[in-house]
Amino acid sequence: MTWRVAEVVNVVPQTPRVKTIAFDVFGWPGHRAGQHVDVRLTAEDGYEAQRGYSIASVPDGTRVELTVERLEDGEVSPYLTDGLQPGDRIELRGPVGGYFVWEPAQGGPLLLVAGGSGVVPLMAMIRARAAAGSDVDTRLLFSSRSWEDVIYREELERLGGDGLTVVHTLTRSQPPGWAGYDRRVDAEMLAEVGPSPAELPGVYVCGPTPFVEAAAEALVQLGHEPHRVKTERFGPTGG
Amino acid sequence: MSPIISRGFRGRRDDAPSDRVPPGQYVTRDFPVLSAGPTPHRPLEQWDFSIVGEVDEPRRWTWEEFRELPSEEVTVDIHCVTKWSKLDTVWQGVSVDTLLDGVESAAEYVVQFCDGGYTANLPVDDVTGGKAWVVFAYDGEPLEPEHGGPARMLVPHLYFWKSAKWVRGLRLSATDEPGFWEVNGYHNYGDPWQQQRYWGD
Amino acid sequence: MDALMLDGNAVAGLLQEVFAVEMTTAIETCNRCGGTDRVGALHVFRGAGIVMRCPHCDNALVTIVEDGTRVWIGFAGVRTLQVTV
Repeated sequence: MTWRVAEVVNVVPQTPRVKTIAFDVFGWPGHRAGQHVDVRLTAEDGYEAQRGYSIASVPDGTRVELTVERLEDGEVSPYLTDGLQPGDRIELRGPVGGYFVWEPAQGGPLLLVAGGSGVVPLMAMIRARAAAGSDVDTRLLFSSRSWEDVIYREELERLGGDGLTVVHTLTRSQPPGWAGYDRRVDAEMLAEVGPSPAELPGVYVCGPTPFVEAAAEALVQLGHEPHRVKTERFGPTGG
Repeated sequence: MSPIISRGFRGRRDDAPSDRVPPGQYVTRDFPVLSAGPTPHRPLEQWDFSIVGEVDEPRRWTWEEFRELPSEEVTVDIHCVTKWSKLDTVWQGVSVDTLLDGVESAAEYVVQFCDGGYTANLPVDDVTGGKAWVVFAYDGEPLEPEHGGPARMLVPHLYFWKSAKWVRGLRLSATDEPGFWEVNGYHNYGDPWQQQRYWGD
Repeated sequence: MDALMLDGNAVAGLLQEVFAVEMTTAIETCNRCGGTDRVGALHVFRGAGIVMRCPHCDNALVTIVEDGTRVWIGFAGVRTLQVTV
């Protein structure tokens, strides 16, 4: 598993803090939904920084898309979202991961629980599901700060239906007339969104560590078998 | 394969006079939180600090007793083996010389032991003679748990993994007992000015 | 619960570089509590080096130190590791 050169194709804003960067990666072997890449940046004097980012896109030749949230005091994310231009080059290692992965052949039902930018690998799963023409019962419970911060908002609206249910909770501010959830994910919300433990869903939880810890604990409390609840934690150190 | 340079990437680091920065280090104004394990939360009424091992008799201080010992403010540069250095950090603590005052021991080595099980080993010479403290405040405030509070070791002339967080005591020993990182790849001594980071350096 | 804690997914690339196989699906047995978990589910801490801990009992299972050329991997807390090759 070696470092590959990745060249920026374009940078597309998604929300005020989030952009999707499309790369062309020579020799890219393809990937599975949920996998990530390690990104390595090297400065002219040799100073180096590495972070992991989930792959957002479905396999498409040498094209790899990463959706990155700019962290206010981040060292790498502001460079990716604001410093990169088409033609710039970074290094990627990957695709990596086999534990936090979903393939259409695995079937469902599926419960996907996303906290903020934790939606990225889950969106890769949703896109893989759509590309395969799957109608497996899939429920996305998606926590965001506000309506403006919902990543992939329009695409999720379009993809809804055909067995895909998208439920939002907006924790800091809500648009006028909002009738949806407005609090942090908890056991009651997870029970309402379902599926129930008896249906033996595959469960994937992704987001910042405190979010994942709270959601995973609630899911186990509800009766979901711990080994069926797969987790991926994002952190300020960029892992 | 030599790495690809990313145009315009600089990373977050400061300029600093090179005579204060050991080779291979970068200066930061942040205070990165690095930890080998979960943050312990030991209530002060359950905390004590001990000197044990090859000593005439063990010493032990409760938190109140420890805080009654003479302490001093020290300003030092600290150097983490992960390449960041932080200059002019200000701490308040009890000198290890004070803790070892009156302790009779022929031991040449010491092991720092901690809540959570972390250990770090040193020659006794490297914690005496004004080179080491058990500190309980940073930058004028009580030491935060994520930075090692209520008390941690401060041994600034060596890489910072030799300054154990959540320290609970020192065990004096005739033999050198490599600690948590020393058995797992990091250098047994750890002098930043000689870049003694890893085994064999 | 430490907000900075991550999980085995965070070291997947490094482990695969060393072991040449995908490691997050490997199953370890903790030699302290007997708990079994996928490497991807282990709790990961970044200190001077990386420490992977048992999610049930916090036992330090694996340590990883690297200098750019050498990687030191300690398995002090792992009784067995089951890998699919």
